[in-house]
Amino acid sequence: MGSNMAENHPVGYQWVMEARERGAQVIHVDPRFTRTSATATKWVQVRAGADIAFLGGIINYILEHGREFRDYVVNYTNAPVIINEEFQDTEELAGFFSGWDAAEGRYDNGSWQYEGMDVLGSAGKRSRGANVGHAASQGGHGNELELSEPPAQDPTLEHPRCVFQILKRHFQRYTPELVAELCGCTAADLIAVAEALCANSGRERTSAFVYSVGWTQHTVGVQNVRAAAIIQLLLGNVGRPGGGVMALRGHASIQGSTDIPTLYDILPGYIPMPDAYAHDNLKEYVERNSSPSGWWGNMNTYVVSLLKAYWGSAANPANDFCFDYLPRITGDHSEYQAALSMLDGEMHGYFLLGENPGVGSANARLHRLALANLQWLVVRDLVEIESASFWYDAPEFETGELIADQIRTEVFLLPAASIVEKEGSFTNTQRLLQWHHKAVEPQGDCRSDLWFIYHLGRIIRQKLAGSQDPKDRPLLDLQWDYPTEGALDEPSAEAVLREINGWDAEGKALTAYTQLKADGSTTCGCWIYCGSFADEENQTARRKPGSEQSWVAPEWGWAWPANRRIIYNRASADPSGVPWSERKRYVWWDEASGRWTGYDNPDFEADKRPDYVPPEGARAQAAIAGNHPFILQADGRGWLFAPSGLVDGPLPAHYEPHESPFRNPLYAPRANPARQQFPRPANPYHPSNGDVGADAYPYVMTTYRLTEHHTAGGMSRTAPLLAELQPEMFCEVSPELAAERNLEHGGWATIITARTAIEARVLVTDRIKPLAVQGRTLHQVGLPYHWGSKGLVTGDSANDIFPIALDPNVHIQEVKAATCDIRPGRRPRGKALRELVDRYPRSQEADGT
Amino acid sequence: MSREPSPAFQPQSQSARRTAQTAPASGESAPGFRSYYGQPIIKEPIWKPEVPVYFFCGGLAGASASLALAARLAGNARLARHATFAGMAGIGVSPILLILDLGKPARFYHMLRVVKLTSPMSVGTWILSGTGAALTLAAGCEALGILPSVKLAAQAVAGLLGLPLSTYTAALLADTAVPIWHDARRELPFVFAGSAAASAGAVAMLTTSPEEAGPARRMAVAGAVLELAAVRAMERRLGELVGEPYRQGVAGRFSRVARACTAAGATVVAVAGRKRAGAIVGGVLLLGGSFLERWAVFKAGQQSARDPKYTVIPQRARAQRDGTSVTTLPAIT
Amino acid sequence: MTTDLPGSKPAAWPESYGAEAKPRVGFFTDTTLCIGCKACEVACKEWNLVPEDGFVWTGHSYDNTGALSANSWRHVAFIEQQKPLRVDRDTLGVGGEDPAGLRWLMSSDVCKHCTHAACLDVCPTGALFRTEFGTVVVQQDVCNGCGYCVPACPFGVIDRRMIEDAPGDGAAQKCTLCYDRTKGGLEPACAKACPTNSIQFGELGDLRAHARQRLATVQASGFADAQLYGADPTDGVGGFGAFFLLLDDPEVYGLPPDPVVTTRDLPAIWGSALAAAGALAITIGLAFAKQRR
Ligand SMILES: Nc1nc2c(c(=O)[nH]1)N[C@H]1C(S)=C(S)[C@@H](COP(=O)(O)OP(=O)(O)OC[C@H]3O[C@@H](n4cnc5c(=O)[nH]c(N)nc54)[C@H](O)[C@@H]3O)O[C@H]1N2
Ligand SMILES: Nc1nc2c(c(=O)[nH]1)N[C@H]1C(S)=C(S)[C@@H](COP(=O)(O)OP(=O)(O)OC[C@H]3O[C@@H](n4cnc5c(=O)[nH]c(N)nc54)[C@H](O)[C@@H]3O)O[C@H]1N2
Ligand code: SF4
Ligand code: SF4
Ligand code: SF4
Ligand code: SF4
Ligand code: SF4
Ligand SMILES: [Mo]
Repeated sequence: MGSNMAENHPVGYQWVMEARERGAQVIHVDPRFTRTSATATKWVQVRAGADIAFLGGIINYILEHGREFRDYVVNYTNAPVIINEEFQDTEELAGFFSGWDAAEGRYDNGSWQYEGMDVLGSAGKRSRGANVGHAASQGGHGNELELSEPPAQDPTLEHPRCVFQILKRHFQRYTPELVAELCGCTAADLIAVAEALCANSGRERTSAFVYSVGWTQHTVGVQNVRAAAIIQLLLGNVGRPGGGVMALRGHASIQGSTDIPTLYDILPGYIPMPDAYAHDNLKEYVERNSSPSGWWGNMNTYVVSLLKAYWGSAANPANDFCFDYLPRITGDHSEYQAALSMLDGEMHGYFLLGENPGVGSANARLHRLALANLQWLVVRDLVEIESASFWYDAPEFETGELIADQIRTEVFLLPAASIVEKEGSFTNTQRLLQWHHKAVEPQGDCRSDLWFIYHLGRIIRQKLAGSQDPKDRPLLDLQWDYPTEGALDEPSAEAVLREINGWDAEGKALTAYTQLKADGSTTCGCWIYCGSFADEENQTARRKPGSEQSWVAPEWGWAWPANRRIIYNRASADPSGVPWSERKRYVWWDEASGRWTGYDNPDFEADKRPDYVPPEGARAQAAIAGNHPFILQADGRGWLFAPSGLVDGPLPAHYEPHESPFRNPLYAPRANPARQQFPRPANPYHPSNGDVGADAYPYVMTTYRLTEHHTAGGMSRTAPLLAELQPEMFCEVSPELAAERNLEHGGWATIITARTAIEARVLVTDRIKPLAVQGRTLHQVGLPYHWGSKGLVTGDSANDIFPIALDPNVHIQEVKAATCDIRPGRRPRGKALRELVDRYPRSQEADGT
Repeated sequence: MSREPSPAFQPQSQSARRTAQTAPASGESAPGFRSYYGQPIIKEPIWKPEVPVYFFCGGLAGASASLALAARLAGNARLARHATFAGMAGIGVSPILLILDLGKPARFYHMLRVVKLTSPMSVGTWILSGTGAALTLAAGCEALGILPSVKLAAQAVAGLLGLPLSTYTAALLADTAVPIWHDARRELPFVFAGSAAASAGAVAMLTTSPEEAGPARRMAVAGAVLELAAVRAMERRLGELVGEPYRQGVAGRFSRVARACTAAGATVVAVAGRKRAGAIVGGVLLLGGSFLERWAVFKAGQQSARDPKYTVIPQRARAQRDGTSVTTLPAIT
Repeated sequence: MTTDLPGSKPAAWPESYGAEAKPRVGFFTDTTLCIGCKACEVACKEWNLVPEDGFVWTGHSYDNTGALSANSWRHVAFIEQQKPLRVDRDTLGVGGEDPAGLRWLMSSDVCKHCTHAACLDVCPTGALFRTEFGTVVVQQDVCNGCGYCVPACPFGVIDRRMIEDAPGDGAAQKCTLCYDRTKGGLEPACAKACPTNSIQFGELGDLRAHARQRLATVQASGFADAQLYGADPTDGVGGFGAFFLLLDDPEVYGLPPDPVVTTRDLPAIWGSALAAAGALAITIGLAFAKQRR
């Protein structure tokens, strides 16, 4: 669901095809009939933006028919845990969870906690956003958790306030009929899918979910994924072979850039970024963010080792290991916030390394205007992308919104070396690190990003040398001494990997994160990557063919953590350590040797007995009992109900997209109340359903990719052999919509929103049929988003017409569902374009509902 | 197995055709057969106009050479002389036309490195070269009035090779996948033979005084009759569907005019060929008819290749009739 | 001098190669495995330096390549049909409850490397030849661009490249079955790139055997119109070197339903050409008959 794997991960999809040929059922749930649907065994067409309803329907089906995997649910999830009395569900509060602060427009999760204690999420968000006030109010660290065992539980799952019952009540209204009404599929479809999942789960069988940005790019993106996690936990499909919730990631090594983040709010290894308002010193920061039980109990060792990797000898206990050198965050500093700051003239300079927001980001027009408001911009790219050329050829010149000689942005366009011209590691969707070697030397002035960052840092440090200004210390004290090779002084990528892996006091490469110390005797650039350079060998470069090793293939590349191919794999055995079934045996307890063993590296202390009970005062992993597989969680359990970690509720609930032609029959708030909105002239929204003018935008539009192009097109619209395969921007519409709006197949259509209007060739196809939603016909407009003004093939950018409205947890844009109007013919040129758009209604306020 | 009748082409959405024009115009296509968006199945011949012109000139040259030989044997020296020169003219421009089509002269010689019986173009190249050489020799001697025996020998060679020279071009066309050419493989050579005879006769008639042009006149008329009869037989063989291009579009127009000219020309020559004026009018009509007939055939080939129905419907019918389909169908279960 | 008359196997092969002859190789393209990714098209162009074929949006579903041509040696066809993918709607409810259902056929077309190749037969220069692997290849330096092979091919595969001073300009172009790679013991670029093994390369005999089993499986899983195309050595071109498993009739994919190598009728063609020449002789003879008397 929410993934078009055949088109966007074709090479990975070969395994899906192989599974299909071996009898696996492949079900594709998508608004369009895609190349994935065509090769799946079942396709269910749904409306864009209603997945929680669909998944909720499955959850309800499971619970109503008692299809959950009882033994798994009772022992491995927090189903039996009894929640705080103050907690109130959306069912009781007309669509809000308890703790909603209408004034602040956010949740306080205090009332979501386990009865009698206060559990913390595994990582991130614990000290910020919604939780700040709460965390602070607990004075230091709130009620310490003596044991990983939540005090109040009901193994019979009968207690009205136990998670299981709460879940039941929360989803009971998600009947097949309601799902059909909301999603536009049929009740039979929902039942067929739910039944297929149940039938293919349990002791003997497992089912997997595959998702990608069809789920995430929504104002409820994270809750979409949560809903799938709930299903998989109920069916016992986590930590077992053939199970799981697979996120098919995007750019090459985008997973790597999350682990070793290019994100503003976490440090390597999902360590939360220090918060300006909450963290004055290392101790306090660690206390707030670690949990006394579970592997996060060792967070101090991860953080100190990271600080040592950054500042080496300069980092010592006396100066808190340079903790104060770390930047502090004050709130949302995500890409969109950055663009708005540029627009508001608050941000003056910007580095754009391998990104093309002028095409790729929601409301691309706003991004171009924002870039044009900078003083300087550094772009490193393979080609001159729209985000680098805007100052002389932005579409806004034609409309008079930008005037060339009034743009003061100085653009530095630096040629980047491509993948084949440099070496390094890729981390793929499965947390697998694979090393790639350099094929050819970079051409001309092209240099790797590593080269650029290293030498940039080196030169800045040179310029600052001798400075007494304390603000320069963090830079000057950095350990910035990578060996360089070759005529181009290319820094050694392996040296970087080794630093990430970390070393001990003797400088020997570490082999596992369990060796990390908080006393400064170890360094480690990213604790979960510790072991990737074990035994002074680049483990990610291993290439032993599958045929020459076990089917788990542990000697191909290296997977974090600890080369584990399936995490939480202790869940593949029952509480007593015996595999749930022979068919699905993976990791098990070997009484004879008194150790965990199996095909994979057990994700559990090797010698911790299944019947282990934590002694008084045990900390970290030692505080996790022998029958609790989810060792990163404070309670060792999979969370059906999330007491913390999410800012928009402990459970998923169906909210309409920010822009939707429909009301919400379930709850008072039409859309996710916690979503991020940025109303302003450059980012107007559509009047929401009910309000005057809402019906000016009767259709739902959704965006996606094509196999033939890559994202914002810098790499494909410039490549003749790709450009020719999809040479023009087009929109996909149904014959019925074509008839309704006189759209001519092969002709042109103009798609209009309050942001602007774009034109596209018309592809009339039955693959995007109209749906019956809430008793009326819904037409959806499909838009690939690959086109822009440069390259061999050019066209309007779908992103020009999308608003900036974000998921509150991860700030991802909602580009998978919004509303629009569509008309036959090409769009007006010049000023006439704005005139057309201005004739359409708009709203400048945030939408309360 | 079931073959439900479906639209002439597969629009990328069958129901969409009701609402928007979904796929390219299928104007030429017939209902009850299926194709890929109405796209051609075989490739259109890519020859330039030089080629049909060459067909005409080659035919004229070949028939003239044979006429010359016959006239020589019959002792009609003046007719032989004129026919030889006419043949010389025709054979002279032929290689030029072919080289123009190929682009570079060198490319013509590529063909003289092999002899392939399966390639009428290869065989034809040799016939053309042979006739050319012989005719040049004959014409040379004729012009300079020297070496009578050599001249006679050359004349003989040219006269004999001239016969296939005027018909191999039909084989060349028939030996392609173009339905309207391939299916006419039995008649097309006769069309070309007749048309060649008519044109050669006409030229000889125009260049020779009526008294001595008798055989040329008879040859022209007989050629025209042969051409028209062969055309009728060809169209009967091709039938309604495959022969359609001869009644449609450019090819249709060319063939109508061509046949009118030929018929008229023949009549005029037969009736008034002995008078100079009659000879001129009839001769020109016959030349035009012969020339346009080659164009009609050429154009018809392009039209026949362009529309998939000419390929699909007969093949589908044949496959059904005698189960010769290349497809292996699963047993009906 | 080569004489290449249709026989039961690719004429002049393998005899002409004697000891150098290799087992005949080819493709089995199983369209039930095709995901329409076009990797084959791109890989072919990358490996064989085939130029881009024009930036034309056809509106024919996702097919903007259109057809095989001098500059596209692989062509992936896309056919959208309002039909359930399979007949047995219990094993598979494509389109949910929608009685019509939808299916999207995808198939990667290529030169068939015919056992009796019309292109090769009619080639007057011998530029087209039969390799030791039984495949059909154009020698760029010999081809004179006469264009005879173009209308001769019953599949409309081969064509002349017409790009001013581009490599191979004016010469006939088509799939070489990666002659250079096969010589080097490598599988062709397109097959190599195909992620789902829809394009299967190998010895023709093995491929045909495997294909028959595959057809049975596919048929058993309910594809009513499934059919092997070109796997039968007794067909009009003596069997394809590159054959297919299709889910509908060939013409739906733009393929001829019953192709016949044009040179199969060569005796008739030469026969009537000679007869016509005779007729011409007679015509002339008669024209003089009167005089002689
Ligand atoms: N060829 C190619 N491959 C790529 C990329 C590329 O640009 N080209 N991009 C890479 C990147 S960066 C990424 S992130 C991945 C993305 O991979 P995908 O997520 O597969 O990419 P999309 O095509 O954006 O969206 C997938 C599907 O989501 C569907 N969809 C839209 N809205 C909804 C909804 O509300 N619910 C559900 N269930 N489905 C919905 C769309 O119809 C589409 O078919 O692909 C990667 N791979
Ligand atoms: N409407 C809509 N918008 C979307 C999406 C959607 O589904 N719908 N998807 C979103 C998603 S998931 C993503 S990931 C984004 C992608 O959006 P962007 O990341 O903005 O777009 P890309 O074209 O991937 O930009 C990557 C650039 O990096 C350059 N590049 C490649 N290799 C290197 C290198 O080694 N070094 C450097 N310096 N540059 C390099 C490429 O030339 C390219 O120009 O789009 C997002 N926007
Ligand atoms: S581009 Fe790379 S990541 Fe994407 S499918 Fe191909 S191989 Fe996989
Ligand atoms: S398919 Fe056409 S080009 Fe290929 S071998 Fe057969 S006749 Fe020649
Ligand atoms: S174009 Fe080249 S390959 Fe084709 S027939 Fe002529 S010479 Fe042979
Ligand atoms: S075999 Fe080689 S030449 Fe032929 S299509 Fe495949 S890649 Fe292209
Ligand atoms: S590469 Fe394979 S799967 Fe992709 S289009 Fe070609 S044949 Fe189909
Ligand atoms: Mo992405």
